[in-house]
Amino acid sequence: MSVSGLKVEQAYQQLKIQAQQKLAGLQEKPYVLVGTATCGRAAGALNVMETFCNEIEKHQLDVKVLEVGCMGHCYAEPMVVINKPGFPQLCYGSVDEGIAARLVSDYLANDDPCFEFAMAALEPNDLFPTFSDYPRGVYEQKIVLTDCGLIDPQDIDHYLARDGYTALAKALDMGPDSVIAEIKNSKLRGRGGAGFPTGIKWETCKNAAGTPKYVICNADEGDPGAFMDRALLESNPHQLLEGLTIAAYAIGAAKGYIYVRAEYPLAITRLRTAIEQAREKGLLGESVLGSKFSFDIKIFQGSGAFVCGEETALIASIEGNAGIPNNRPPFPAISGFHGKPTIINNVKTLSYVSHIINHGADWFKSIGTPNSPGTAVFALAGKVVGTGLAEVPMGTTLRTLVYDVGNGIKDDKNFKAVQIGGPSGGCLPEPALDLPIDFDSLQEAGAMMGSGGLVVLDEDDCMVEIARFFLEFTQHESCGKCTFCRLGTKQMLDILTDITQGRGKPEDIDLLWELAEDIKIGSLCALGKTAPNPVLTTIRFFRSEYEAHIEEGRCPALMCKDLITYHIVPEKCSKLCDACIGSCPVEAVYTRPDMLKAIDLEKCVKCDNCLVTCLTLYQAVAKKSPPVVEEGES
Amino acid sequence: MEPMEEPKEEPMEDELEIIHAEVDSVLKRYESNPEKLIPILQGVQAKLGYLPKEAMLQIADAVQIPEVEVYGVGTFYNQFRLNPPGKHQIKVCMGTACHMTGGRIIMDSFERRLEIPEGETTPDREFSLERVACVGCCALAPVVLVDEEVEAKVRPTRVDGILLGFGMELPSANNKQKEEGREE
Repeated sequence: MSVSGLKVEQAYQQLKIQAQQKLAGLQEKPYVLVGTATCGRAAGALNVMETFCNEIEKHQLDVKVLEVGCMGHCYAEPMVVINKPGFPQLCYGSVDEGIAARLVSDYLANDDPCFEFAMAALEPNDLFPTFSDYPRGVYEQKIVLTDCGLIDPQDIDHYLARDGYTALAKALDMGPDSVIAEIKNSKLRGRGGAGFPTGIKWETCKNAAGTPKYVICNADEGDPGAFMDRALLESNPHQLLEGLTIAAYAIGAAKGYIYVRAEYPLAITRLRTAIEQAREKGLLGESVLGSKFSFDIKIFQGSGAFVCGEETALIASIEGNAGIPNNRPPFPAISGFHGKPTIINNVKTLSYVSHIINHGADWFKSIGTPNSPGTAVFALAGKVVGTGLAEVPMGTTLRTLVYDVGNGIKDDKNFKAVQIGGPSGGCLPEPALDLPIDFDSLQEAGAMMGSGGLVVLDEDDCMVEIARFFLEFTQHESCGKCTFCRLGTKQMLDILTDITQGRGKPEDIDLLWELAEDIKIGSLCALGKTAPNPVLTTIRFFRSEYEAHIEEGRCPALMCKDLITYHIVPEKCSKLCDACIGSCPVEAVYTRPDMLKAIDLEKCVKCDNCLVTCLTLYQAVAKKSPPVVEEGES
Repeated sequence: MEPMEEPKEEPMEDELEIIHAEVDSVLKRYESNPEKLIPILQGVQAKLGYLPKEAMLQIADAVQIPEVEVYGVGTFYNQFRLNPPGKHQIKVCMGTACHMTGGRIIMDSFERRLEIPEGETTPDREFSLERVACVGCCALAPVVLVDEEVEAKVRPTRVDGILLGFGMELPSANNKQKEEGREE
């Protein structure tokens, strides 16, 4: 080790020892971790935390309550982890104020761990199963999500005590060329969607002429169904800061930006705190860890434009302009921000960096597939039981992801499709479930890895409607530069809207296909090039649904509002229950003289409320398609 | 591209003073650099709740770029609004998961009760109704942000509940009919 390397190592060890001493003090006493990322908060985590604090005070206990990020089990929010010396660390799901009070009085004040509320233990023990005893735990392999939900994102010492920033210290000793060689050798591919090899990007930028150089982290998570980046920012911001700093060191940049959506206020707050703490510890700023390398990070708040996820648009946006993409080449690695060499990496990509430096490229390549090594982080949403974040090795099949990790389809419905890759991706049907997921296989199937949004669709979801939904999104988000994208998507949207509203024409399917091919060719950036994917995949795999809409005016999934009507099934209606009447916001449901309920189709706004209300009682409300007009009055 | 929002009313004299003062205070925090345009606009909107025409003119003057460029950036990004928001801001999530679980139905319910289309503010400026692309709580879909508080798994009945919570009176016929229903 060189002299300067020794100095860095000493500076780092000092920080780590301080942090570990502080944490050791915490471990000696019981403490409670409450997951307060945005998803937890939405489920009421802040009230749960308040209950813990109040009850602990009431019982006069010496127990710390800490806010942590998201463990990825969104279906079980709010989640709480309790550590009490002498017991295994236990995780509790769907905690409400009542359960929180019980946990304090029974577990923290006494010694009953309330196993009836527990989800899993964090480490193997004799009392309770761990996460790895469930299918989700068996198939998941966590790298970037490992510490999420278990460390305090607002306290750098939690990260340091778990060997955080070791990779930075190591990288500073390795030298930029070795760092790039290691990343290149690891075959890490950009997790933003396209899967470009990260090492090659870095090398190009390092070798490019021009100073200063810049690194930018793309945290403009625009896919309307993905929340992995948000969870990483809210749960473990230092992992990203470390990766970004290593990237800067590798290419020789002194300044970095994190471009994060303004819609993620909590993520921005936690990032700000993290950056300040890193500066205080000398991990950012002038001479990082006492080395000759100086680096600082600024946060830039994106203003909500999907197209700004595209590199050149993102740069235009940071420069104060409307986010309109430019032609590539030159690639930003040659000429980017202010015309200087710039690398732009996604949050997840940068989060892998410290792990690769710590454990080596060979370790990383031992996970996943030869061409797409490592893991993939998915945001499972839609009609799947186990919604949330899942990290699985590349090459895992969609079937494993949906049925084992995600625990199958909600309410025993039938699986119809997975929508993968967001507005740029596609809908894949049942036979595609055995596809191993990696960058290349999905592209071949007509979909795309995208940033990792995965929405599961069941028999109640209309494939024409989902295609229309994504087209509406991309059409709205088109920056307007390319004619095909600007006007072509508008035409496609109009056709799709007509089909879902019962005005479709037989020639529409061919017309959509033709337009889609033209838009792919005629657009400059990936937004336009991939915009037709949801339409093309749904036509390819679910053509019969399009035909039912057009030829019969029927929506097979009973979803398109203009093609359905609501009815009471006389044989099922209890007659004496008024639940449907109470649930109707427009007084369309009424009682007939013979006590049977009926729906006035003139008044009905098709809000689905009566159907959902009756679902738990008699299932007496049904939808019909094509719409029935004459029924209702009798 | 979406149709441009047009500023509707001319601000009053005292409103103008407030606008100028607030814009000044934001401009002081940034150097007069066109590159800072987006943070400046964000700062102004954080103070005023929207970007009045007068504020955009003042900013254009301060950072020395054509007014049309300020307007161009202000209309390009979803975050900026050119009309004053309502006292209570309702944002209906229209992300994929929310859409598939009935986000549109929730938007319809708000539109029906507030009697305004999405993107507008009620005439008394009590409520404004917007769609947002995704708030990242897909597991709790459909989701509505009411004054930045997340409402999870919203149903049309909950829409009425939210509005009732703000003291809004629901159509009286609704209550009447319900009573009648029970009598039968």
